[in-house]
Amino acid sequence: MDGMASLQGLIGGILIGLSATWLMATLGRIAGISGILGTLITQRPRGDSAWRLAFLLGLISGPVVLMMLGGGLGNVAGGGVDVTGEVIGAPAGGVPLMLAAGLLVGLGTGLGSGCTSGHGVCGLARLSPRSLAATVIFLVAAIVTVFVVRHVIGGGA
Amino acid sequence: MKTETQKTLMGYVAGLLFGLGLAVSGMTDPARVLGFLDLAGAWDPTLMFVLGGAVITNFIGYRLVLRRPHPLLGERFQLPTRTDLDGRLIGGAALFGIGWGLSGYCPGPAFASFAGLSAPLAAMLLAMVLGWFLARAIPARS
Repeated sequence: MDGMASLQGLIGGILIGLSATWLMATLGRIAGISGILGTLITQRPRGDSAWRLAFLLGLISGPVVLMMLGGGLGNVAGGGVDVTGEVIGAPAGGVPLMLAAGLLVGLGTGLGSGCTSGHGVCGLARLSPRSLAATVIFLVAAIVTVFVVRHVIGGGA
Repeated sequence: MKTETQKTLMGYVAGLLFGLGLAVSGMTDPARVLGFLDLAGAWDPTLMFVLGGAVITNFIGYRLVLRRPHPLLGERFQLPTRTDLDGRLIGGAALFGIGWGLSGYCPGPAFASFAGLSAPLAAMLLAMVLGWFLARAIPARS
């Protein structure tokens, strides 16, 4: 186990938690990425879109700020080709795999009303039974999927 | 400053903190996420620290914030009220988990990785948006 990687995970997690608390304290909103961006893109609600777009720009600029600070502040695992140094890792597959995965992630978070942030970070902090159920289900589904891809189909590669 | 401008600024700060958190923790690398999900391989515990740190921080934060009568720039806190489990939630979470396990991307890290845009990431983002439109087209029963 890599202690430095875990420590960076903890620090990053605290920043994410502060972001969620900040959004609730200022705008009274749940910091769920699929909810914020899905609503922005599919509905463009009048009078309720500017902060969503600003959130998206902030989300994108976070890693860019870290890159500009330099000094290897990122925490990529080091496998494969890192497209932007040590901050943003490379995708784990090609276009066809990502098309399928993206469709499942979009459809799933749309139907299930949330993703890792809305159900995980925010829902668990509110002790919501729906979010607890969703988090357990998507974690188990993801773990089973990785097992099948890497150890059943991929033969442990 | 007008309230609308302030709201936009607060949204930006929230997004920036979120993006910084994902980058510092390494969640902008699908290899880290897949390493956590791969219990039978060389298990990478990083995501556990990320989610744990975020939930505990936000648990304390919400307790302090939700005592107030309303948010700083709004009339009320907009919290989900449903507590029942239905097919949409369960099926949706399962589909999301499969997509997450295939790619190592959930929506936050996928969008936060935009500065490293590649053809596979572009495909992921476009397909995710298409999925959001599809989910809206599927009517909720009852």
